[in-house]
Amino acid sequence: MRRRFHPAEAGMRIAFLLCGLVAIAFVLVITLYLILAGLPGFGHIGFWDFLLGRVWDPAAGRFGILPFLLASLYGAAGAILLGAPVGLLCAVFLAKLAPPRLAAVLRPAVEVLAGIPSVVYGLVGMLVLVPAVRRWFRLPDGASLFAAIVVLAVMLLPSVIRVAETALRAVPPEYEAASLALGATEIETVFRVSLPAASSGVAAAVILGVGRALGEAMAVLMVAGNGANMPGLFRSVRFLTTAVAGEMAYAAGLQREALFSIALVLFVFILLINGALAALLKGR
Amino acid sequence: MRRILSLLLCLLALSACASGGGAGVVNTNGSTSMERVVGALIEAYGMEHTGVTINYSGTGSSAGIQGVLEGMCDIGLSSRALRPEEEDQGARARLLALDALAVLVHPDNPVETLRVEELAALASGQVSGWGQVGGVQAPVAFIGREAGSGTRTAFEEVLGLEGACAYTNELTSTGDVIANVSSNPNAIGYASLAAVGEGVKVLAIDGVHPSEEAIQAGEYPICRSFYLVTAGEEGLSPAARDFLDYAQGPGAEPYLRAAGAVPPARSASGREGYP
Amino acid sequence: MVPHSARRRMRDGLLRGMLWLSGGLVAALLAAVAGYVLFRGLPHLTWELLTTQTSVLRDTRGIWPNLGNTLYVVGVSLALVLPLGVGAAVYLTEYAPSRRLAGAIEFAAGTLAGIPSILYGLVGMLVFCQLWGLQASLLAGSLTLAVMTFPTVLRTTQESLKTVPQSYREGALGLGSGKWRMIRTVVLPAAADGIVTGCILAVGRVVGESAALLFTAGMGMSLNHVFASWENFSRSSGATLTVALYVYAKERADFDTAFAIAVLLLGLTLVLNGAARLAGRSIRQRGGERRE
Repeated sequence: MRRRFHPAEAGMRIAFLLCGLVAIAFVLVITLYLILAGLPGFGHIGFWDFLLGRVWDPAAGRFGILPFLLASLYGAAGAILLGAPVGLLCAVFLAKLAPPRLAAVLRPAVEVLAGIPSVVYGLVGMLVLVPAVRRWFRLPDGASLFAAIVVLAVMLLPSVIRVAETALRAVPPEYEAASLALGATEIETVFRVSLPAASSGVAAAVILGVGRALGEAMAVLMVAGNGANMPGLFRSVRFLTTAVAGEMAYAAGLQREALFSIALVLFVFILLINGALAALLKGR
Repeated sequence: MRRILSLLLCLLALSACASGGGAGVVNTNGSTSMERVVGALIEAYGMEHTGVTINYSGTGSSAGIQGVLEGMCDIGLSSRALRPEEEDQGARARLLALDALAVLVHPDNPVETLRVEELAALASGQVSGWGQVGGVQAPVAFIGREAGSGTRTAFEEVLGLEGACAYTNELTSTGDVIANVSSNPNAIGYASLAAVGEGVKVLAIDGVHPSEEAIQAGEYPICRSFYLVTAGEEGLSPAARDFLDYAQGPGAEPYLRAAGAVPPARSASGREGYP
Repeated sequence: MVPHSARRRMRDGLLRGMLWLSGGLVAALLAAVAGYVLFRGLPHLTWELLTTQTSVLRDTRGIWPNLGNTLYVVGVSLALVLPLGVGAAVYLTEYAPSRRLAGAIEFAAGTLAGIPSILYGLVGMLVFCQLWGLQASLLAGSLTLAVMTFPTVLRTTQESLKTVPQSYREGALGLGSGKWRMIRTVVLPAAADGIVTGCILAVGRVVGESAALLFTAGMGMSLNHVFASWENFSRSSGATLTVALYVYAKERADFDTAFAIAVLLLGLTLVLNGAARLAGRSIRQRGGERRE
């Protein structure tokens, strides 16, 4: 067959190629901007002074982000400790145990939980959780790392459930049939065969949860109190995200550079998490 | 696909047709203390100038000044005077109104008045219990504002505590402080008098309640001013310049009062443009 | 059946109970959040709130401008991201001559999907608001969100394109159709449900987004006449529903209005989720057919 040259064909081919390249361009531009804007801060403050400095006081010219770094890490760890077990168990329930009718109700419920905007979680957290924390633990103020952890745990549930359930459903039924045939109960099969077989997917679910917790800004901004303190469970804290969100609008000079450096640190964390996720999913 | 395209084209054509009126957009950005004041001015201005949209974003005084300098908005709103470095970068301010900083507590708090020294001791953390200033035995939660806040700058300057306040919590807006104090019996905070509504108790300072007379006479100790900031007025759109003139004109005074602020006393030569 | 020891049965029962408990807990969480939001917000979701704008002088609240701003941001970001995302997906499934390039594009999309929205907001502010001189405006916010939702549209379209049977393509090409013609007349119509799903998901993200808009679109509550002129279209700024919720709750302590907006957002989430499920169902059916 002889193909004639069609200008429309060639044109569309290039157009589609450009659309594809846009994805790469977006990533490059974002990376470039975050690096260009973030590096000067490191240079002016000093790499270790910045990362390991314990005092953030722009008025005094002190820019140490250890409090934010630790608050973000503790916050993500706490949210995972609280949320991941519930999320994984719920995924097991949905994938293996729930009667089909119940699963047909619960699954959309999880989707809705995922779709609720973070400001709504923040609002409910601000008005229900924060006063409750103040009363339960007799604090001067309930806006604290603990409140942020609880809100984040709820927010990362749906993504953990979704990924873990998909992984559990992908376990070959033969594995489970073999286990059942050998005399194991349904529950033993789920915990000793299905879960280990889906371990990479389960790990991916947890890592995804960490990513969500590290990246969330608005809900944390509304419940964590936003004091630049070294983190304690019941102290008002600032995460990496909320440090940027809270001061970006008015910062100038070195403080502005430092905020962009915080964004760069956050970006590096997210890239590491993305890398871990990609490696896990490729290994499957 | 084709239907979507034609719909888009229609929309574009529509917007092109509708253009040409005396329309304009003025974006203002800054102090959350000035929300009510600027909101009232925007509404009043809108009644006389249809087609012009004026937007207000409450981000904080420094954010407004910074926003003007970086080209994020047309007019910045500041509840503190410009700093020298901001003026060096080209920021210019016009005086809009006077305001008092109200010191707020929960309505259940028995304390009615504080001396300036007592307030300073509470803010710096030297006094950490309400019992020491005439209240019940309870810990003090001092609610402050974020470092870029004009309200905080003004408060700390008056008390001579620049950067030395030990806040339990740093909140990023006026409303947030009021909400926090109204829900926490142990809390004390400060906010623009123009923004204070129900749910909190305003304390007298050195025995003086912040009233319009006390503010204009300079008797209430914690006062400051509201400013409109531009990056030099040459680059302003006609709509923005017109709004600036309106806001400083005599027609705007009732609206400033309605929003809880105090118009500056007029001198014989008219109001100063650049303080 | 092998008889199970009492200990095994007890452990089984315990674990089974924990599974039911966690399932119940998740359902209860949703019920609690939704119930509380409805309880606090529904009484304040009045017709007046929906159709007026907030007035300081009359001391009334209205979210009509914020509804308009949300529609603007949804419409403009969708109009921008739809051709780009679908185009990229078409390139990946229909053209992509080199695996390395396709891999790079997919990796880039995966990276974009993982970036937190606050970082989109920062870069959007630097590029669109400052470098392009758009100020903090609805247009700059829409551009930012278009970049943010790009991977969502790309991925769902790609999934859907993969389920279009190869025989359709071969049939069209065999009849002498060119590739673009084949894509336009056969592949895209067959994958329309996936594209629609992608759009719905993108709309969901845009409606729920707040962090990326905080620095790019402004927080105003005034009514914008965006179609009055090009200047109005490109320079209008203001808060979408989510940002308005944040401002009312966090900055103005007006929780009644905030909860009323939350009810509205909850309703939108339900509607969008339902729509995405409906559109997604037909893809799954087709995917199932193909596998058989």
